Amino acid sequence: MTLSFNLLVAACLVYVALLFAVAFLAERRAEAGRLGVLRSPLVYTLSLSIYCTAWTFYGAVGYAARSGLEFVTIYLGPTLVIVGWWAFLRKLVRIGRTQRITSIADLISSRYGKSSLLGMLVTLLAVVGTTPYIALQLQSVTLSFSVFTGAAQGAEGAGSLGATALWVAAGLTLFTIVFGTRNLDVNERHHGVVTAIALEAVVKLVALLAVGIFVVWGVAGGPVGIHAMIEASPIADWQMEQGRWVTLTALAGAAFVCLPRMFQVTVVENSDEKHLATASWAFPLYLFLMSLFVVPIAVVGLAVLPEGANPDLFVLTVPLAFRQEGLAMLAFLGGFSSATSMVIVAAIALSTMVSNHIVMPIWLSARRGEATLSGDVRDVVLLSRRLSIAAVLGLGYLYFRMSGGGEALAAIGLIAFVGLAQVLPALIGGLYWRGATRMGAAAGLTLGFAVWVYSLLLPSFGPGAALPVSVLTEGPFGIGWLRAQALFGIAGLDPVVHAALWSLGLNALAFVGASLLSFPGPLERLQGAEFVNVFRHSAGARGWSPTAVEAEDLLMMTQRILGAAEAQALFQAAARGQGKEGYLPDVTSDFLERLERELAGSVGAATAHAMLGQITGGGAVSVEELMRVADETAQMMEYSNQLEAKSEELGRTARQLREANDKLTQLSIQKDAFLSQISHELRTPMTSIRAFSEILRDDPGMAAADRARYSGIIHDETRRLTRLLDDLLDLSVLENGQVTLHESLVSLSEVLDRAVAAAQSREGRLRIERRAEGERVMLLTDPDRLAQVFINLISNSEKYCTADQPVLRISVSRGAEGVSVDFTDNGAGIPPASQSVIFEKFSRLGDTRAAGGAGLGLAICREITARLGGRIAYLPGQGGAAFRVSLPLRLARAAE
Amino acid sequence: MAPPREPVFLERQTYRRRRLMDAARVLPVLGAVLFMVPMLWFAGLDARSGPAETAPMDGGAAVTAGAPERPGTANGGLYVFGVWTLLILAAAAMARPLSRSEGPVERPGGPR
Repeated sequence: MTLSFNLLVAACLVYVALLFAVAFLAERRAEAGRLGVLRSPLVYTLSLSIYCTAWTFYGAVGYAARSGLEFVTIYLGPTLVIVGWWAFLRKLVRIGRTQRITSIADLISSRYGKSSLLGMLVTLLAVVGTTPYIALQLQSVTLSFSVFTGAAQGAEGAGSLGATALWVAAGLTLFTIVFGTRNLDVNERHHGVVTAIALEAVVKLVALLAVGIFVVWGVAGGPVGIHAMIEASPIADWQMEQGRWVTLTALAGAAFVCLPRMFQVTVVENSDEKHLATASWAFPLYLFLMSLFVVPIAVVGLAVLPEGANPDLFVLTVPLAFRQEGLAMLAFLGGFSSATSMVIVAAIALSTMVSNHIVMPIWLSARRGEATLSGDVRDVVLLSRRLSIAAVLGLGYLYFRMSGGGEALAAIGLIAFVGLAQVLPALIGGLYWRGATRMGAAAGLTLGFAVWVYSLLLPSFGPGAALPVSVLTEGPFGIGWLRAQALFGIAGLDPVVHAALWSLGLNALAFVGASLLSFPGPLERLQGAEFVNVFRHSAGARGWSPTAVEAEDLLMMTQRILGAAEAQALFQAAARGQGKEGYLPDVTSDFLERLERELAGSVGAATAHAMLGQITGGGAVSVEELMRVADETAQMMEYSNQLEAKSEELGRTARQLREANDKLTQLSIQKDAFLSQISHELRTPMTSIRAFSEILRDDPGMAAADRARYSGIIHDETRRLTRLLDDLLDLSVLENGQVTLHESLVSLSEVLDRAVAAAQSREGRLRIERRAEGERVMLLTDPDRLAQVFINLISNSEKYCTADQPVLRISVSRGAEGVSVDFTDNGAGIPPASQSVIFEKFSRLGDTRAAGGAGLGLAICREITARLGGRIAYLPGQGGAAFRVSLPLRLARAAE
Repeated sequence: MAPPREPVFLERQTYRRRRLMDAARVLPVLGAVLFMVPMLWFAGLDARSGPAETAPMDGGAAVTAGAPERPGTANGGLYVFGVWTLLILAAAAMARPLSRSEGPVERPGGPR
């Protein structure tokens, strides 16, 4: 082995420096807003490759060397999950984006009513399940170092290996803290880290492909040769264990979703849902390429290397055996990058969970009430994240040292899969079943977790290490059916299959059972509906009712979490959205909802909810609120129907109002005109009466003829005044309904005769046409009043008819409803605009000074006919002014 | 509240897109079934005992009559990777139209 330890260390350092540089540049670009390739689906797909850790990079070949094709199940599960992205991952990512989910613990906590308990439970599970996994990565790095340094160094070498692991852990901690907790981003995306991960994905793929190509074409002489080699190898026969085949495929699929680091890159770091579409084929292709040469490498390794060589290191030892040091170095870097990328993302994901779901709730409850208003929350969160990263990696290192890097560690990959798959029932149930409750999730998680620890995790440390041997062979306290690896007396199963079946089975059973029996709180039901129906209304339900919170308090709190600049920008934007200036928007439920979501992006849903709850004073959602939200859709529909009907009605009313208004305006104009008219009418006779009476008074020696003439004028003027006043009185009496009718049975022709005689007595210029036969109708009516109407109409015609030879035709017709008497002249008629007002009081058309009327005639006519049970109307389109007086015939018949 | 109005007949394009979504949901099921097919090759055998004696060591093609016909690691691997390739191709063919259809076209039951 000619590669010196120092050269390896130098290569590692250069590689790590490259990672730092890439991450740094990516952060710079992201800050400058030039995301470009950083947000491409390619980077997203490559970042998913942290699924392939060192355990798969080195371990897959070892797995294949031991059990043939079974290793492939670890890749088939994720392939199936992501190929079916449309049904499941798309929903998960959509929820993650709309709810600002920061981790899988946050998702579970948020779905079940932002429960702190569930967040803690999942975080605990994740830490227990991931720490050994991190130890596994450290082990793989140190093992790969040992390949190059060789066993020659002996015990001294082992010591330096321990130091290597420590240095690797320290370097990773530094990288993760620098790029993982640079900012408390509201979107919780780490462009630098993701870009570095993408680079590492390329390195490990290239490394494995290079080794594979070398093995197939360089050693075996092509595909046919390698086919023959496989057929001739010790693993030529496919020894399938069906139970493991199915279980491992399912577990790997579950792990692809549930592993904290996978959730981090798949959901949290996702910047565009469309990237999933590309990943749906590109990621399976990546896995395909990663596993394509696994069996050939294993077969060649088994053939060339001496018996007893560690198959887990074939990727390194096979090139070395053929003196391909450059290739071996590439493979080493591939393994190194697999390990580092996994550790970095896992540490970020775990630190987010620990700080949001364990540190923050404790810190909040420790400083009850004042937490939100004093102290810098932002610093606390960042510090707790940094400490969490250090603690997680420290735990991993400790685990590595404690376990001594033995064989037990190699099995930890599958064990961790089973442990984290415990989240699956609560996750799937939460996404598709609205009836899933917090109680159910807590019960399922707890039971599954316990069964997993008891039946798989503890026995994995070896008999007698964590569990007494007697528990394995005879059961605790001698209870046989509780034997750790043969629960309920079912022995002979593979331990992983056994534990997966029982833990997931009991988990799902408890989850469904407790969900069915318990009753969810309002917030839970709200969140449940939000999650299950995420595609139907992504707008978000209202969780807050506006309370007497000062926007200033909220701003103070938000500044402490997001930082001053970001918080102010957020508040300013919200204020502007409400049409306000400045930094303080109105505290509406919409605003609170949005604020909570922004905060949740930084500190998790449960913590954000609790912090807002402290400020706004506790309970955010009442049952009434919830009902209101649930009924919203129905109400909206009903409301829109009502609106439609109302708008129609409003349109009708508006038309009526417009008509009425037009009429009123005209009336008001008429009234004004009438007032000036009537004062003039009253003044003219008054003036002449006064003048002539003065003459009479001052000139005693006046001629008798003159005196008689003056007295006559005074008399005439007085009569004119009296007539005017009589008309006014008459009208007011009629209008008040105080009139008494003197009804008698009369002939219509008789009444008409009287009216014509009375009206024509003055000048006789008007010619009247009548037809005697139609007029022979007997009516029970007040003849005087009826005559008054007729006189009015005839004299109107006489006064206003503009024809040179005015003719008035009076025709009587009998209909079913009564008798109609039409008065039609041959004048200009009444213009349509005036037809609606001529029956109003004081209505006078045009310049009618000569007529001498006060405009009360037709108004009086209308009142009279109404009293007589009939009506009077203007009859348009008769070639002149035409009025129709309709009188009820019923009276006439009764009288006959 | 009136039931949501769904047209009985959709436009040809919309109809195609709906069926595409169905296909996208069916694909993982199909993949799972195909990946589980190898289990049938072992159906008649006790998996634990490892029937090494029945497998021909000199190439799967020349199977002796009477012995259960069962592919070894090489040919089994070819089958698994073949199915895998088909899945990748199918997913790639559907990815673009699916992600396009997500924008303007609403899912059934969504707001119209």
